[in-house]
Order: sequence, then structure tokens, then C-alpha cells
Amino acid sequence: MSTVFTDNKTDTIRWTGKSIPRKEDDRLLKGQGRFADDIRRHNEAHVYLLRSPYGHARIRSIDVSVANEAPGVIYILTGEEVAVLQKPFMEIAPPPGGLMEDYCLAVGKVHFMGEPVVAILAETEELGRDAADLIEIDYEPLPAVVDGQAALQAGAPLVHEEAGTNVVWHGVYDWGDIEGSIAKADKVVKIDRLHFHRFTSTPIECNAAVVEYYPGSGEYTFWCNNTMPQFAAMFMGPALGIPTDRLHFVTQDIGGSFGNKITTYVYLTICAILAKKSGRPVKWTEYRTDHILGGSHGNERTFSDIVVPVMADGTILGISAAAIDDAGAFPRYEPLGSVIWSQVVPNVYRFRDVRIDFTQVVTNKCPVGPNRGYSRLQHMWMVERVVDIVAQELHLDPVAVRKQNYILPEQMPYETPNGCVYDSGDYPRCLDMALELIDYPKWRERQQTARGTGKIIGIGIGSTLDSGTNNFGQARIINPQLPFSGNGEVSNVKLDLYGEVVVTIGTTPQGQGHETTAAQVVSDILGLHPDQVRVLIGHDNARNVYTGFSGTYASQFAVTGLGAVQGAAEKLRREIVQLAAGVLQADESEIALRDGSAFVQGQEERAIPFIGLANIVFANNATMPPGLDVSLNCTYTYRPPFKVPDVEKKFGNLTLTYSTQIHASVVEVDEETGQTTILDYAAVDDSGRLIHPQIVEGQVHGAAGLGIGAALYEALEYDEEGQLLTSNFYGYKAVTAIDVPMMKTAAIESPSPFSPNGAKGMGEGGGAPLHAICSALQDVMRQKSGAIIKDSYNPSERVYWLLQNAEKSRQGVSVEESGHGL
Amino acid sequence: MSNTPSVSRSVAVTVNGTTYQRDVAARTLLVHFLRENLNLTGTHFGCDTGHCGSCTVIANGKLIKSCMMLAVQADGAQIETVEGLAEPDGSLSPLQQAFSDAHALQCGFCTPGLMLASKYLLEHNPNPTEEEIRRGIKGNLCRCTGYVNIVRAIQNIAADSAEKGDLVK
Ligand code: FES
Ligand code: FES
Repeated sequence: MSTVFTDNKTDTIRWTGKSIPRKEDDRLLKGQGRFADDIRRHNEAHVYLLRSPYGHARIRSIDVSVANEAPGVIYILTGEEVAVLQKPFMEIAPPPGGLMEDYCLAVGKVHFMGEPVVAILAETEELGRDAADLIEIDYEPLPAVVDGQAALQAGAPLVHEEAGTNVVWHGVYDWGDIEGSIAKADKVVKIDRLHFHRFTSTPIECNAAVVEYYPGSGEYTFWCNNTMPQFAAMFMGPALGIPTDRLHFVTQDIGGSFGNKITTYVYLTICAILAKKSGRPVKWTEYRTDHILGGSHGNERTFSDIVVPVMADGTILGISAAAIDDAGAFPRYEPLGSVIWSQVVPNVYRFRDVRIDFTQVVTNKCPVGPNRGYSRLQHMWMVERVVDIVAQELHLDPVAVRKQNYILPEQMPYETPNGCVYDSGDYPRCLDMALELIDYPKWRERQQTARGTGKIIGIGIGSTLDSGTNNFGQARIINPQLPFSGNGEVSNVKLDLYGEVVVTIGTTPQGQGHETTAAQVVSDILGLHPDQVRVLIGHDNARNVYTGFSGTYASQFAVTGLGAVQGAAEKLRREIVQLAAGVLQADESEIALRDGSAFVQGQEERAIPFIGLANIVFANNATMPPGLDVSLNCTYTYRPPFKVPDVEKKFGNLTLTYSTQIHASVVEVDEETGQTTILDYAAVDDSGRLIHPQIVEGQVHGAAGLGIGAALYEALEYDEEGQLLTSNFYGYKAVTAIDVPMMKTAAIESPSPFSPNGAKGMGEGGGAPLHAICSALQDVMRQKSGAIIKDSYNPSERVYWLLQNAEKSRQGVSVEESGHGL
Repeated sequence: MSNTPSVSRSVAVTVNGTTYQRDVAARTLLVHFLRENLNLTGTHFGCDTGHCGSCTVIANGKLIKSCMMLAVQADGAQIETVEGLAEPDGSLSPLQQAFSDAHALQCGFCTPGLMLASKYLLEHNPNPTEEEIRRGIKGNLCRCTGYVNIVRAIQNIAADSAEKGDLVK
């Protein structure tokens, strides 16, 4: 990876900015990591979940009498009892979405294939599964609705009768003057439909928990891998009728999440009820098939009636479209996705006039939840498709059209039409670097020489932003009643009794190396080696500090997490300096810190080690210099500078930082089979100041790997009855090492002027491979008969179909000569 | 009950050089035997169809997925797991070090399986091409790394041992 540094680092900064060995690695490489399923409690019992085989069906009856007598069965829980023990989970949406009732087990009917219907607690998981075979459930199958547009048709089956509609949320986003743009445009490009498909990240560690109930205090402990525990608590406390501080979450190593482990509160609630009922610690480890059936899918979105006013030179003036987002059977984290896309309304482009009519619906499919690139990648994919289709239909060069429309570095910070402030970045430079990495001119030549060989080469670009550090105030655009705004993380940095530096944070890392990067930041501030800093990772709301936002999601740790660590370490440094100055009888300005000691600059023999300072405060405080009030135990809450957005205008800064990801891909399509092979791939990122370049590059690789998978291999496909056809790794073709190329990477650093350290949140990646591969396939089609890539998922059979059916694919795509209004 | 095959058997399995004698239910999978009965939790469990590879171990010199074998089938077998990879003094083996140096692990959940697959690959093909490396680890899914740094780690260790002429540990 080549990194272009935009400024020089100072001498005192020794650790941040370097790719030091990760502190996490030693235990993980030795098999000594501690993951949720590794936790054991004495006398634990096991949960087995019997799930719905139907997409939509009424439950006529459940007979557990035989199963109750089966060996090892401790307790059997059904929806009937849940309806008494649990209040429906709170909904984020106002009505109609807010009327949809969500319980931890199906009550009355099943809404998707894989919905848990009966929970069996048994001495072993196998005995629970045996007992499940003895349960008789009489289902009355109902017609299912499995498509977002179909869900809106009159007479469509209702997923939730209690809501009277399948609509979760609807809103019109209208900024600038789209009609004016259409009137003054040279041309108007219309596209009837683009479809962003359903897929998911499926972390290799499934969901798991061990849950214990203490009757004496009424407290539940969840040793689990939920990645946003206080969000879970917010749903679970009211549902169980208990104060949320009785819910004690503990996480340690987590085997990936990518957002998929945020909405597990439904399962944790099942475990909580069983733990209290049985008086036993209960353990639940999800099967992969159950994870794919009933975990958390990515949002599927259909865009229709896309209208794009364009000038003859390729300047795009705006976009108007309708978006239908398919949330699956229950909203859960939704409808937040219905606003989160608006963090990146114009993507990386200058157009100012936008209208999106956004509707989110429920269908008889697995509920969605945040999934790497959450809600922004769908929107940016649409914008990137528009750019490529405009270029093709106007006979312009897609690279030139991008450059023509990019926001320029001299315009930074740039306010978007809806008030988001892009902090910094240089998109043209990132694109140039990506093109250089793949040797763009060479491939344009090869494209020519490949003509007539039966192989067609296509080159594509994906330009994206990775918006990070949410302003939770954007939730009010969905529901003005919600008491949320801003964001923040908290950290505690202290000297322990023997002078060790110990750091805690409220986050839930899943491979992002928080232990390492937090230690780098603290080391620079306290003059230590990272080996001298102990970072206790994981969320533990009985032991550690936390905020309501704590967790690891939405590309924000480098800003919120490290901002909190920095603040706490600086506080501790001030206290150490004060105390040392008192002890050493020097002026505070003369004190320096190095290697775990404080000393008087220029007179290094006048020194006191951290253990000496800790001794004074914790065990010898009659010797404390007079007039000092130090604790050596410092907590700091980082709070980004946000305002509450204007809910009426849907206007405001919705995220603090905007990393750039610009990808270039070269593909080869076999005309006879439609098979797509990636010949070259480059990813250029700009994540502001890099704390640990290797970790950032690793995130870029990972996001690219998942994106390539989604573009070519991975799809969650349902039949019309709501049967998931790809419910395990047979059907769901998670990318393997032979499916992804050795990608090339490069980075530039445009420091964020808004974050405490110049860094930007990153990791999600904006779905750039989906855009870049669709773009490359469009380039392939351009050379044949101009078929239009309308879907984000393009396996061989679809590419083959497109090669054969250009005319059909072009239906609904037109260029009109001048604007006539919408 | 006919569908509760809970008959227990006695097995003796040697894992990383230590022989364990245990009574296990006949249907216990080897992966669960390692994790639950022996508390060797470094071998992970990530799917129910034999696809993810996070349970990969070496049994009698063969690379296997321990979720695809019953513990009773491993009776008398020699098993190598992640817990046996480090040097006797506890320091990282060259293979483990190569994974760390190349940042070939993020969450680390797939890592034990991938290291066993890499070890097996390098023992049988000390100088694999990139293509051979990719084929050698295609039974192991990783969702964090895009495989880039895993392939690089294996390339690096192959180059290193080619230089030093030593056997891959
Ligand atoms: S657990 Fe997935 S292959 Fe064995
Ligand atoms: S490092 Fe997380 S799955 Fe491979």
C-alpha cells in the first residue's frame, strides 16, 4: 500500500500513524481468544429454537405435551406465554410502522421463514433438538408478499394486520429545485427501475449468548456478542418491564459483525425469559442456517421513475426517484435506514436538486438490520448507476463524466443540498490514483485487442463515501418524538494500584483492532510504549464506562472511540504532571513523561515512576502534596459538535466525517457463458489521518471482499411463498479465496478538520465494489448492444441474459431532448 | 427413544500430543468434543454444513473439518489443533508470526482453521503459487480480510522458509 501523507508528523507522536503489531493477535493466533460460545457457566442449560418453515402462516395450535416429557427438557416457551410475559418491543417508527407488534417468539402467526416459534430449554442442545421433533404445530399457510413494490399494491397480503398497511414509513425528501433543473436541462435521462438486491455479511461467528438471572438483585447478565448493547437494552427493558440498568451486557472477542449483530435483542429476550423461568444459566448458540434465515439481512431497495436532468457536456443537475425499501417482516432497527441514506445525498457529486420519494415496507422475509455500508450503499449505488447510464446514453466517457461532476477539493468543506458538511477530500486525485494502479490506458488498449475473441473486457469505477459518526438527531426526521441527537463515546484511562495504565472504552470491537489503536493514542500522550498500556476491550456496563451510543458500528471508532481515549488520556496526563510537579517540587511546565516515569526536563534524575505516583494516591495519601485533588482515574466523554437537524426541511449535518473510497475494476466476461472474471482491482481510500495504516488497509480489503461477493455471488433469494432458497453456505455462496483478486490499494490522508485527531471513521466502505463491478459490466454491454445493468447482483446467468436481451433490458430507459417537467 | 442416539462410548483421542480418554455420546461431533469435553475452544464452530472451515484441524495427517467427523470416529487418532501451533516456550511459530506480520487476521474467528489449512498446504507444497494458495484455503471462509493478507502471509512464510530451507512449523 502506498500512502501519501499530507502533512508531517511531529517528534512527540511516536506511535499513532504507525502499523505496530496488533495487541489482539497473540491470543487469537493461539486459539486463546474468548468468544461468546467459549463462555461456560456452571449448571448451564441450552436453548434450541424451533423456527417457522413458512413465510406467512397462521398458527392454529401448538402441542408441546409429548415434548415436555422428553428426556432432558427443562422448559418449553411458546408465543402464547410470551404474549403475557413480554410487552411488544418498542418501535422507532411513528404509526403506521409504530403499530407493528414484535415479540421474541411468534404470537398468533408467523411472518417469515425462520421466525422462532418455540424455544426449548434442555440439558443439552441435542436433547432440545430431539424434543423439538416431538412438537406438533398446526399452521394455516397464508399468501406471502415477498417484493417491496408488491407490498404496496391494493389487496396485498398484510404482514401485520394490526397496522392496516405494509408501509413502515413514508417521506418525501425534496431539496433544491428539481423541476427547475428539468426545465433547464439539455437532456433528461429516464430509467424506469433499478433494483438493489438483498444480501448479508454473515460473520463467521454466529450470534451467541450465555444469560444468567440473579433473583436477589433482579439483574440479568448477558455474556454475548451483541455489538450495540445499550440499543438492545432500550428495547429489552420496557419489553420485560424492568429498568434497563438490570440488563448487564458483557462482550469480549467478537467474530465479526458488520452490523449484523446489532438487532439480536430479540434472541437475548428469549434467553432472559428462559433464564428467569428456569433459574439456570442458559446458553444459546445460533446455527449458521438459523443465522441466515433469521439473523439480519441487508436492505433491499427498488428505485423507480428515475429522472435525471443533464447538460450536454455531461453535467448532472439533479435526480428525482422513488425508493421502496424492503425491511423484511419486522422494522427493528428500521426505519432508520429511511433517513441514513441521506448522509450522502449527492454521493461525491455537485448536483443540487434532488427529490426522493421514500417508502419503507414490510414483507414476509427476514428482518433487515444494519449491514456494512448500511443504507448509504444502496443510494450511492443508484447514483453511480445513473452516472454510468447517463455516460453511455449520451456517448460520453464515464471517467470524464465523473470528473466533470465531482465535488472539488477546493470546495471543501462542502455543504450538500441537505446540509451535510463533507469535511475534506480529493476525489479527482483518488480516481487518478485508482486508474494508475490498474494501468487504465493499458486496459483500454486490451479492450480493443480482445474484440472478437469471445471475451469482453470492461472497466468500471465506483466512487463512494463512507460517512461516519452519525448525528442520531437524524432519527427525528423519521419520528420527531424521539429523544435522540448527537453521538459520543466514553473512555476511562487510569493508573492502577501499581502504576499500570489501564484503558476502558464502551465499544465492541470485532476485528478493528481497538486495543491496538487505543494503546497507540495513549502511548503518545503518556510517553509510553504500547506494550505498557493495557486496554480492556469489550462493553461491560457493570464494570466499564459507556454511553447510550456505545458500541462498534457505523464507521466511527477512530473519531468517537479514539476521541474519548484521547480526552481521558490528556486528563490523566494533566493529573500526573500536577502530582509529579508537587512531588518533585518543580513547575508543571518542566515535567515530561517517558517510559512510565515523570521527570524534570533537563534534570532526569529528578524523577518519579508511575508506580510511585499511584502509591501516593491509592495507598499512601497522607503524603499527597497539599492542595492537590487528583484521582489518577480519568473519564472523558467525547461529544461531536452536532446540532439537532431541521426536521421539517430534513436538513442538517448528519455525520461528522466522510471518508472517500474510489475503486476501479477490470472484468472480463465470457460471451458464451456470461461468466465474469475480475482481472484487476484497485481501491483508493482517504480516511483522513491514519492512526494505523495497516488496519485501515485491512478494512478496505474486507469491505472490498464482501462487496465483490455481493456483486457476483451472494444473494438472499426468496420464492413467491417466502421460502428462502439460499439459507446456508450451500445456497448462499459466500466468497472464497478463489473468488477475489489480489487487490491493489493506495491511500491519501486529507485530515478531517472536525474530528479530534484528524482521523475519519471508516470500515464500511460504501459498497464501492458493487458500483465498480456494475460499472465495468456496463462498459462490457456498451461494447455489445448497450444493455443496461439494472440490478446490483449480476451472476453469470444474468450477465448472459443481458448479452442476449439488450432490447428488453433497455425498456424503460430513454433520453429526452429537453425538459418537459416531470 | 429411537431418535435420541445418546449411547455413550469411550474414546481415546490424542490432541497436540496429549491423549485424552473420555466417555462421549455417540453422536458428538469432533468439534464439540474438542470444545466442550476438552475445553480446547480455539477450534471454532461456524456453520452446520461443513462449508466455513472454522473447525479445521489436522487428523492423522489429513486436513479435515472437525464438524464433519464424529468424536467416536476419532478414537485412536492424532489430532493437531491451533492450541498446538505455538513453540514450546509459548512464542509464536513462524506461521503464526507471518499471519500477525501481514495482518492476516482481524476478528480472528476464522484464523485457527486458516492456520491449520495453511500449515497443511505448506507441508505438502512448500512453494505454492498464488493460485495454489487460494485453492489450498478455499474451504475456509473469512468475512473480514477479503483473503488478501491471508494469501500474503502464506506467500511470505513460503518465501521465508525457502530462504532458510527449514520446515514449516
Ligand atoms: S463448522 Fe463450518 S465447516 Fe465445520
Ligand atoms: S478474520 Fe474475521 S472471519 Fe477471518
